[in-house]
Amino acid sequence: METTHKHPPYLLIWLYLAILTVAELALAFELPISRNMKLLLLLFLAVWKALLVAMFFMHLKFERWNLRILAIIPVPLALIFIAAGMSEHIW
Amino acid sequence: MTHAMASAMRPPFPAERGVDVYNKKLGMWVFLASEVMFFAALIGSYVILRFGAPGEWARPGIVLNIKITAFNTFLLICSSVSMVKAYAAISDGDPRKMRFWLLMTIIGGAMFVGIQVYEYFHLVEHGFTPAGVREGSELAELVKDGTLPAATMGLYGSTFFTMTGFHGFHVTCGVISMAYLYFVKALPGKITPQDYAGIEVVGLYWHFVDLVWIILFTIVYLI
Repeated sequence: METTHKHPPYLLIWLYLAILTVAELALAFELPISRNMKLLLLLFLAVWKALLVAMFFMHLKFERWNLRILAIIPVPLALIFIAAGMSEHIW
Repeated sequence: MTHAMASAMRPPFPAERGVDVYNKKLGMWVFLASEVMFFAALIGSYVILRFGAPGEWARPGIVLNIKITAFNTFLLICSSVSMVKAYAAISDGDPRKMRFWLLMTIIGGAMFVGIQVYEYFHLVEHGFTPAGVREGSELAELVKDGTLPAATMGLYGSTFFTMTGFHGFHVTCGVISMAYLYFVKALPGKITPQDYAGIEVVGLYWHFVDLVWIILFTIVYLI
C-alpha cells in the first residue's frame, strides 16, 4: 500500500545550499573586502549551510527534544575544546 | 511542525521506551556525537597551528585546485539530497524510487572519492605532499621566489592531508555502507515501507559526512 507523507521541501533546500556555495566562492575570491570580514562571513555561510543539512536532511527540526539535545551537546563541547587550545597557543 | 510531518519522520516500527527512538538510530546519533569530537580535534588542531604559526600561511588558491573541489562540494550536496529522496521514497511506500535514489547517492559518493584521489595525485605531482613541498617541484620554485612561505608549508601539508584524508575515508565508508544496503538489502526487497531503518541510519551518517565537508571546504579551501 502506498502512503504519501508530507516531507520538507528537499529540492528547495538543495537550491539554497547551491546558492550559498556560489556565494561562498564569490566572497572568497571576488569581493574586495577586508580579510577579517571575509573570514567572519565565510564562517557564517558555512554554519548556515551546516544548519540546513542538520535541520532538514537529518530531520533535527522534526525530532523530539531528547534527540536534538544529544545532537547539540557535542557542538559547544567541541568549541570549548578548540577555544581552550587556542588560548594556550595564540592568545 | 504538522502532525503529518512528525509521523513522516518516524518510521512505522516501535521505538524503545523512554527515549522514543529506536536503538539503531539512537546508536548512530551517539556515534555521530563522538564523530563531532573527532573532527573537532582535527579542525581545532588546524586552526591552532595555522593562527599560531610563526609567519605567513600559504594562500589556498595558489596550492589547491579550488574549482575542482567546489564541484566536488556541489556533488556531495547533490548526493545528500538524493539520499534524503531515497528516505522520502521508501517512507511513502515506493521501493523502486528508493532504489533509484540510493544508486544515485552511491554514484555521487564514489565520484567524490574518485575526484579526491585525482586531486591528491595532482597535488603530489605538483610537489605538495604531507611533508610539505617536494624539492625540485613546481611548488618548490614558488617557495624559492617567495610566493609561498617556506616556514609553514610542512604544517600546511600535514594538516591538509590529515583532515581531507580522514574525511575521504569517512566518505569511502559511507559508499561501502550504501553499496551494502543497495545490493544486500534493497535489491532483494528487504527494505520495506514497514522497516527502512537502514536507509534512515546510513542516511544520517551520509548527511553528517556532507555537513563536515561543508565546514572543511570553508576552513581549508576558502579561508
